[in-house]
Amino acid sequence: MAEYKWPPAEKRSLIGKRIPRIDGPAKSSGRAKYTYDLNRPGMLHAKLAFSPYAHAKVTGIDTSVAEKMSGVKAVQIIFPVGTEVHWAGQEIVAVAAETEEQARDAARAVRIQYDVMAHMVSDVPPDRAGANIVNSGEVKEGDPAKAFQEADIVHEGYYGNTQVVHCCLEPHGQVAEWQGDKLTVWASTQNVSGIGGEFAKSLTAKGIPVDVANVVIICQMMGGGFGAKFAADPWGVACAQLAKTTGRPVKLMLERDQELMEAGSRPTLYARVKIAGKKDGTLTAWQSDAWGTSGPQAQSPLNLPYLFRFPNRIANFTAVLTNTGPTRAWRAPNAPQQCYVTMCPFDDLAAKVPMDPVEMYRKNFPILGPRVKEYAEQLTIASGLMDWKSKWHPRGDTRPGSIKRGVGVALHTWGGGGRSSTCQVRINPDGSVEVSLGSQDLGTGNRTVIGIVAAETLGLPLEMVHVNIGDSRYPPSGSSGGSTTVGSVSSSTRVTATDALNQLFAKLAPVLGVTADRLEATDSRVQVINDSSKGLDWKQACAKLGGTSIIATNQMSRDIISAGVGGVQMAEVSVDIETGVIRVDKMVAVQDCGLVINMTTAESQVYGALIFGINYSLYEEKIMDQQTGRHLNPNMEFYKLAGMNDIGELVVHMMTGPGYDERGPIGLGEPPTVSPGPALSNAVANAIGVRVPELPMTPDRVLAALGKA
Amino acid sequence: MENFEYAHPAKLKDAIAMLGANWSDAAVLAGGTDLLSLMKDYVEKPKRVVNVKGIGELEGIHTGKQGIMIGALVSVEELRTNSSIAKDFPSLVQAAAGIASAQIRTMGTVAGDLCQRPRCWYFRNGFGLLAQDADGKSLVPGGENKYHAILGNDGPAYFVSPSSLAPALIALGANGTITGPSGSREIPLANFFLIPKSASEREHALKPNEILTRITIPAASQGLHNATYEIRQREMLDWPLATASVSFRLDGSTIRSPRIILGHVAPIPWSATAAETLIAGHSLSEELSEQVGEAAVRGARPLSQNKFKVQLARVAVKRALLAALIQGA
Ligand SMILES: Cc1cc2nc3c(=O)[nH]c(=O)nc-3n(C[C@H](O)[C@H](O)[C@H](O)COP(=O)(O)OP(=O)(O)OC[C@H]3O[C@@H](n4cnc5c(N)ncnc54)[C@H](O)[C@@H]3O)c2cc1C
Ligand code: SF4
Repeated sequence: MAEYKWPPAEKRSLIGKRIPRIDGPAKSSGRAKYTYDLNRPGMLHAKLAFSPYAHAKVTGIDTSVAEKMSGVKAVQIIFPVGTEVHWAGQEIVAVAAETEEQARDAARAVRIQYDVMAHMVSDVPPDRAGANIVNSGEVKEGDPAKAFQEADIVHEGYYGNTQVVHCCLEPHGQVAEWQGDKLTVWASTQNVSGIGGEFAKSLTAKGIPVDVANVVIICQMMGGGFGAKFAADPWGVACAQLAKTTGRPVKLMLERDQELMEAGSRPTLYARVKIAGKKDGTLTAWQSDAWGTSGPQAQSPLNLPYLFRFPNRIANFTAVLTNTGPTRAWRAPNAPQQCYVTMCPFDDLAAKVPMDPVEMYRKNFPILGPRVKEYAEQLTIASGLMDWKSKWHPRGDTRPGSIKRGVGVALHTWGGGGRSSTCQVRINPDGSVEVSLGSQDLGTGNRTVIGIVAAETLGLPLEMVHVNIGDSRYPPSGSSGGSTTVGSVSSSTRVTATDALNQLFAKLAPVLGVTADRLEATDSRVQVINDSSKGLDWKQACAKLGGTSIIATNQMSRDIISAGVGGVQMAEVSVDIETGVIRVDKMVAVQDCGLVINMTTAESQVYGALIFGINYSLYEEKIMDQQTGRHLNPNMEFYKLAGMNDIGELVVHMMTGPGYDERGPIGLGEPPTVSPGPALSNAVANAIGVRVPELPMTPDRVLAALGKA
Repeated sequence: MENFEYAHPAKLKDAIAMLGANWSDAAVLAGGTDLLSLMKDYVEKPKRVVNVKGIGELEGIHTGKQGIMIGALVSVEELRTNSSIAKDFPSLVQAAAGIASAQIRTMGTVAGDLCQRPRCWYFRNGFGLLAQDADGKSLVPGGENKYHAILGNDGPAYFVSPSSLAPALIALGANGTITGPSGSREIPLANFFLIPKSASEREHALKPNEILTRITIPAASQGLHNATYEIRQREMLDWPLATASVSFRLDGSTIRSPRIILGHVAPIPWSATAAETLIAGHSLSEELSEQVGEAAVRGARPLSQNKFKVQLARVAVKRALLAALIQGA
């Protein structure tokens, strides 16, 4: 009998190897069709009319002109008269027309009246936010007052993360099509199995009764989600309404400006921090007054510090309400911000001790949470890859010239694990294998991971397995969030492929004259364990199924996966102290995620996360204008992202082998996004001798920190 | 974008006849890398678009007695890779090399670069060239102004001149040829750029029915030491935060006829005359170049968020001067 547990290292032929993603050729040749690329026969295009005001009440909507314009087929009011609008860019009306241009012109011709209300879009501290604050109170442990008094070294500082957006290269949107009372939605979504219910519920509430069983969600290729694409969204429901009204398929994708204005941003987090320790670097006390905004809704309190369990701590958090557009889960929700406002003051205290921060992390292992065993190894490996010992110097590069170099370090943790997943594995008499799950590949390599697990389990090469995902008609899988996808799908695929294989063994046992528990599948053969001469090749074996396929369906098992990862990152930068321009020379990321299924796509996740980190640390900034309430840079020109030359050398090291593999797969999408901010900021401080307190570290901020602006 | 009438004349004369008395009547389309974005964002809504790309007489780089003549349609990439320009005017090559990406450099033209509209985000978001609120008050001084002007910003214009080529060309003493219904005139490029006083004015000396047809770098500019130094945050697809283009003649080690033109710091390419005076007749040292940088920004009046640009302009001048000194030495 084949077992669920993962094969030992020497028995793995695919798991943990470097395997190119199976949809790579389709993607790189342009054959892969993303939602944005889909054009259904007779399809209409829809565009949105949205509020130019950050805070207003809708007092009138006149669509009469738009309705008469050429090509216009239907108009859908999304938020009716009486709605209070909370950010500039909030959609009010959708218009469907024969062409994209006609829809755009018509959306502009919709006349919407507003009662303009006072707005606040500046991300200000609570004392300047008037009534727009919600204080979540104070958390206190130990005796912080006494601990600060008795401390050898105390550091106080201010640290801030300004607002960044998800900026998915493929914006939100979908194509909706009805056939009678059946709805198909091709959506750019992280939640193939989940949003059908949301569509059914919203549409039913809006007078289009539809049963969830009649809603099909399809997402084969996706241009990024990063936490912003879990919902059906009002524009998605409006798209389906327009399709119903017109009896034609409708495509509604957000334009770049709408995507940046409202389809997702990250909560801000600012803090005044006081941190204390002993002469030997042992941390003793923490105090933080933190605030941040997640837009119009109050943000849930953010716990500080990140990771460290200080014996003495006092922390409070105030949510500031603003009209900046809603936040959405952003790759490791809140952890990058929390890590930043923790690891930067930590590094500042280390500079004051003075002590190499790597040593000071080690010194504080007793209060550094459950992953210290991993950190101990990872710090050593990262130091080697960065050549930390020779590159680190006390704060401030004293060598002459305007270019200063420095290195920084930070570390992080994340949960991951599994959410839910059901898989179906079908072994056909012709030897073909199909694996089907209602999961989705956001660009992470999930499709390939599923194929690898199935192929490994069945002893087949990857090409023999056909992976079906991205369709809600397949057995349901959880949404791709919280780094739970690989944990979920690798587990359900392993379990179900094993079940299917055991069914095959049961059929073949009499043929081979042994009991099923003496069979194994390996090298495209089913054979007797320890007697490879007694066996059949895969095709012959499957032929014995006669006319019926094996169909196994089962759920993920938590026994073969786990949760909780650690990572250490180091950054090396060059800073021109005359211009404030920072160049990333090198970043090192050492990361564990349990059993690595595909080394290539695992590393890719980390590379991507480092690039993400360089972006939010140096470039990305949502610029809001308090006078007009508008987002001034909802474009790719001044909402800056790194180009190739801005990225520097990236070195990724995945932890594998004993201590890691036996934990089974754990997700990886989010954790490596957590540390880049503090690692880069600490490197800059190490280079120039002062802290640049806010991200992104733009030249104006760097020069201000240096007293030159 | 709004609907428009499209014209594709083959002759300059015809193109001019198709332009109108007002800016909203017609727009010249060259590479389209700026005009199309402006139209898509409804910032510009010309009734007619006159594509000049088919007009052969606007093409090519020619060397003659007067100097080097650069046709309006010469692409930024053509300019960057031209060997006679590379030999004599590294400053221009450096300015061209910094522009956006290979795609934009290949589509974008020299005249288009000089005539492109400001990137001020209030302007590009539909608040008008002067970014004024309903009462005519500028949104810039009290708003998000970190990329705005630090010089020549007495109002009502606070945007910065976006062209990277302009400061380099002006420092090289280039002239522009403007052709309209009644013929052509040549003016120093330094006089081409104007600070608009009202939202209906443009940032340059063209009338709505005129075309910038040619740029000439006079023969006398050959042998100038010249360089452009740009400060930009990203390596790619990013606008400079400040630039300096300089030129001078070396008489032994003595600097003669210096030109120092700052880019991206004022509504026009900014002539740092006080700095030029300071350096003329001296030999250049690191210290002097620093003082010259200082002099170049002496009159700067930074807005609430752009004090850092004063520092950047200062450094750009210093580094451009030092680069020009080494070049050709
Ligand atoms: C991301 C990005 C980054 C950029 N970075 C830089 C940079 O760093 N430095 C820089 O200098 N530029 C930069 N540019 C701008 C780019 O150089 C210009 O868009 C380009 O040069 C314009 O040329 P074009 O031929 O495409 O002009 P078009 O878009 O065709 O025209 C631009 C304007 O000039 C007018 N016009 C064009 N030709 C004539 C003529 N012969 N006579 C009269 N009017 C005319 C048009 O009517 C229009 O108003 C950047 C652009 C982008 C998109
Ligand atoms: S810059 Fe050009 S090539 Fe690159 S994504 Fe945008 S449109 Fe495509």
